[in-house]
Amino acid sequence: MSGELRDLYQQLIFDHYKAPRNRHPMHGASHEAEGHNPLCGDNVKVYLEIEDGVIRDVAFEGGGCAIATASASLMTEALKGRKVEEVQSLFEEFHHLVTDGEAPGRAELGKLEALAGVREFPARVKCATLAWHTLNAALAGRERPVSTE
Amino acid sequence: MKMDREVVGLPATAFDVQRVREDFPILAERVRGHALAYLDNAATTQKPAAVIEALGRYYRHDNANVHRGVHALSQRATDQYEAARETVRRFLNAESAREIVFVRGTTEAVNLVAQSYARPRLGPGDDIVVSALEHHSNIVPWQLVCAATGAQLRVVPVDESGAFQFDAYEKLVGPRTRLVAVTQVSNAIGTLPPLERIVALAHERKVPVLVDGAQAVSHLPVDVRALDCDFYAFSGHKVFGPTGIGALYARGSILESMPPWQGGGDMIRTVTFAKTDFADIPARFEAGTPNIGGAIGLAAALDYVESIGRAAIASHEQDLLDYATERLAAIPGLRIYGTAPGKAAIVSFTLEGMHPHDVGTILDTLGVAIRAGHHCAMPLMQRYGIPGTARASFALYNTRGEVDALAAGIEEARRLFA
Ligand SMILES: Cc1ncc(COP(=O)(O)O)c(C=O)c1O
Repeated sequence: MSGELRDLYQQLIFDHYKAPRNRHPMHGASHEAEGHNPLCGDNVKVYLEIEDGVIRDVAFEGGGCAIATASASLMTEALKGRKVEEVQSLFEEFHHLVTDGEAPGRAELGKLEALAGVREFPARVKCATLAWHTLNAALAGRERPVSTE
Repeated sequence: MKMDREVVGLPATAFDVQRVREDFPILAERVRGHALAYLDNAATTQKPAAVIEALGRYYRHDNANVHRGVHALSQRATDQYEAARETVRRFLNAESAREIVFVRGTTEAVNLVAQSYARPRLGPGDDIVVSALEHHSNIVPWQLVCAATGAQLRVVPVDESGAFQFDAYEKLVGPRTRLVAVTQVSNAIGTLPPLERIVALAHERKVPVLVDGAQAVSHLPVDVRALDCDFYAFSGHKVFGPTGIGALYARGSILESMPPWQGGGDMIRTVTFAKTDFADIPARFEAGTPNIGGAIGLAAALDYVESIGRAAIASHEQDLLDYATERLAAIPGLRIYGTAPGKAAIVSFTLEGMHPHDVGTILDTLGVAIRAGHHCAMPLMQRYGIPGTARASFALYNTRGEVDALAAGIEEARRLFA
């Protein structure tokens, strides 16, 4: 097997593909959005529970290929407990990781580094970033009015 | 290669795949350190040197605009452009070159028919019949005219094997059906709908038929008069020609009755601000400077196909299809979609526990180019309840060795994901 392939499909990727973390619907989420990759027909849905500018809980549904699913799963782990204001720089850092490999170093990527191998496969960048774009859409969306029922 | 010949029962001189491969310079490319195994021919085909040289020759020696110059080059370009139309006529066995309209490709051909033929004839309560096998380009143009006119789109289903449901078709074609539009070969799973019966039934009910030939022209002998279809659309790039050129065949009497769909130069006889007279067919449908080089390159491609022989191509591909089906079906967890008897050399499959994208990436690292996804046939994927498949699609230059490389790559993918 080629080195590129081993770098792409690291053990951590398989782990999160076969047993995704935080993959379930979330009722009463404060933010949610759906993302779609028209190229492969994959869909993800991202849910957030935000309180006082902090992501208290996060979940996703859907997925698709190993890269898209593992990326969504790893993203949810990376977001829990994080301040909303930190999300943008985390996404930027991640985007560099999977595209050009530059590391402005504004945020600690931790386990997300497992996706660095995507860089050698430009056709798969969309798979790796689908959950993140969906996250952005959820954050940009209007907060759902609190229901009194 | 000797073995191939024995399998297809052809004389030793009939078809030599190694000789054919030498006609296609790109097949010598190496990809990620491996010999290229190009199995994405349903997306686009590679180009023989004859086509690359025809394009070069035209641009080096003959380039000028057509139908409007008094000078020598313009005459040469015009002659070659019109000779290309005659080549397409011959290739499709149309009655007259007037029935051949040059377009950008299948997509534009279908849109032309939708806008110029269907739209003026459609109203609320009318319908157009397509099949569940169609490529988006034989669905969306009809949805657009339906939305504009209040007509409805009716869809002939396929069964689990991917076979066209003729019984359902018989019931769907009704008194208000204005057109049947159906593919000759499914690009996603390889199915060949029973075109002759489809056309015969439609004509019995006075309904014209458009055939999407995008996937057929490089594989099967095509004869629009024997098929008796009213429209036939194909793309040059899927039959070893350049991108950006294709042709629409339309029965002369129908084409005569159709208004222009785009206005501009070349499609008029006289223009005054009071009144414009449109040109005769086919010029009426070719507004603006056409893709002259593309048409010439397409003619070179069709001549190339004829020089090999479409029957020889079909039997070589049948051998590849049989071999690939046998090799792939033996892989545990692999499911082939499109198992109806009689299909083109396209093998669409999924692997248990693996997404087609991952399969495609792993094969790519081994130099094997396939397509992964919905193949622009999302309704068909929905029929099977899957987001997509991995698809290997063969052409005349593919070999059993490339099928072996595909099978080995799939085994490697399975090991990796085990
Ligand atoms: C069956 C079928 N119809 C139509 C098309 C559209 O062809 P083009 O994109 O060249 O217009 C394709 C190509 O993908 C096809 O496979």
